[in-house]
Amino acid sequence: MNATNDYPVILEHMSKAFRVDGRLVSALEDVSLQARAQEFVTLIGPSGCGKSTLLNIICGLLEPDEGTIILHGERNAPRLGRVGYMPQRDLLLPWKRVLDNILLGPQIMGRDLAEARREALDLLPLFGLEGFENHYPATLSGGMRQRAALMRTFMCHHDIVLLDEPFGALDALTRRTMRRWLLDVWARFRQTILFVTHDVEEALFLSDRIYVFSPRPGRIILEMALDLPADRRERQAAAPEFVAYRQRLLQALGLEEG
Amino acid sequence: MAEFPVAARPSWRRRGRLALAQYLPAAALVLTLLVLWELATHLWKIQPWLLPAPSAIWKAGLAAKGLLGPHTWQTAQETLWGFLLALGVGLGLGLLIEFSPLVRYALYPLLVVSQTIPIIAIAPLLVIWLGYGIWPKIIVVGLVCFFPIVVNTADGLRSADPELIALLRTMGASEGQIFRLVRWPGALPMIFSGIKIAITYSVVGAILGEWVGASRGLGVFMLRATNSFRTDWVFASIAITAILSVCLFGLVSLAERLALRWYYAAGRGERWEELKPSRLPKATR
Repeated sequence: MNATNDYPVILEHMSKAFRVDGRLVSALEDVSLQARAQEFVTLIGPSGCGKSTLLNIICGLLEPDEGTIILHGERNAPRLGRVGYMPQRDLLLPWKRVLDNILLGPQIMGRDLAEARREALDLLPLFGLEGFENHYPATLSGGMRQRAALMRTFMCHHDIVLLDEPFGALDALTRRTMRRWLLDVWARFRQTILFVTHDVEEALFLSDRIYVFSPRPGRIILEMALDLPADRRERQAAAPEFVAYRQRLLQALGLEEG
Repeated sequence: MAEFPVAARPSWRRRGRLALAQYLPAAALVLTLLVLWELATHLWKIQPWLLPAPSAIWKAGLAAKGLLGPHTWQTAQETLWGFLLALGVGLGLGLLIEFSPLVRYALYPLLVVSQTIPIIAIAPLLVIWLGYGIWPKIIVVGLVCFFPIVVNTADGLRSADPELIALLRTMGASEGQIFRLVRWPGALPMIFSGIKIAITYSVVGAILGEWVGASRGLGVFMLRATNSFRTDWVFASIAITAILSVCLFGLVSLAERLALRWYYAAGRGERWEELKPSRLPKATR
């Protein structure tokens, strides 16, 4: 029991296939991975490698064809409503003001809304949304909408959070600031994060551990624990170990330079 | 609660200017046409029973206001009840169609067919079945109005973003919560469009119902006026019909604006305007 408690997320030999126009397409094949408590784990791979399918399975939207999911030591437990999930699109409800969007989780879970509202108002500055709580989402910039979506995810108070390319739709400059800012927020909440990206630099700047996926069907072809400074601000793109990690990542992805 | 964002709202003066720019052309056009009409009747000495002048219509209408009032009130009542019936039935059927595929397949073709039957053929039957009271008129209005409401309700509920629904599922939302938080509010703009189409048909529906058999209402008044060559009264009741329709449409639009604040807020971010007029082709609004 203790061993599984150290790993809030464990996937064992998971496979998932879909039927597409009568053909059988395998999305995931024999995927096993685990994430330690408070660990930042990144899943990286080419698009269409089944990373999103994997997250959909973990949060309970899909069931695997084969394999086991162990969340907090519980085998194949019901997962809907127990894992925080943030898709690539912000998916804010256009008819709700920012604050009400952020309080969607507490509202659905039937938590004390007055208390949740107080907490949210306290947290607004951390998410850079102070003064915008009564705006409708349509009047916010892309970065702000994404931060509101992340705050909505965090307000669900799950200790496992899945982030599916949360900055994928943003421009390069906004991405950099959002990355910084995600780390600040995470430093405060310290959930176990499963982060999907196909940006190598992003993975190296953010993660404790990286899983590299093959093109479809998605298989794990490399697991890499990063021995880089735990304080992300001290990670330097030019540092020799950083360069070495990047080289290994690019190689595994079949993208090595030179 | 903090106050509503100020920057997103234009000033009252600006709003007034925008409203003026929006409504002035139509008002000016109507006024011009009325003046031309007036001049034409005097210039060519058109017989009043053929085409009365707008001023004569106005005078005749005022003189007959004791007569027109009760007729108008009757028609307004029929319209309102018929519309409410259509609203209830329309929303109900729309929900049923959305939630049961069986109902969808069974009912949808029938609904379409129901719109191909000429109301003018049904209306006399309704009088035979239900008598000369208010019910046949209410039902005619309902028949004329319910279709756009059903279709837009069903389609609106159907068009909910599946990813949004999936997100709510991951939060542990029940079907009821998903309906309340996503499907219904998302469908409202389309439902209101359906209601707006319906309400423009509604008054004409009531008059149609009166036409085939009634003792009171603008339809009856029009028939009698036509039969006694009181063309001025015919036009007066046409004008009242139009005004009634426009007022009802305005009420629905107002309700829509109040219910869909978010929908109208979307287009009201900061507005960047050029100081000099642009040479670029104007984007259509």
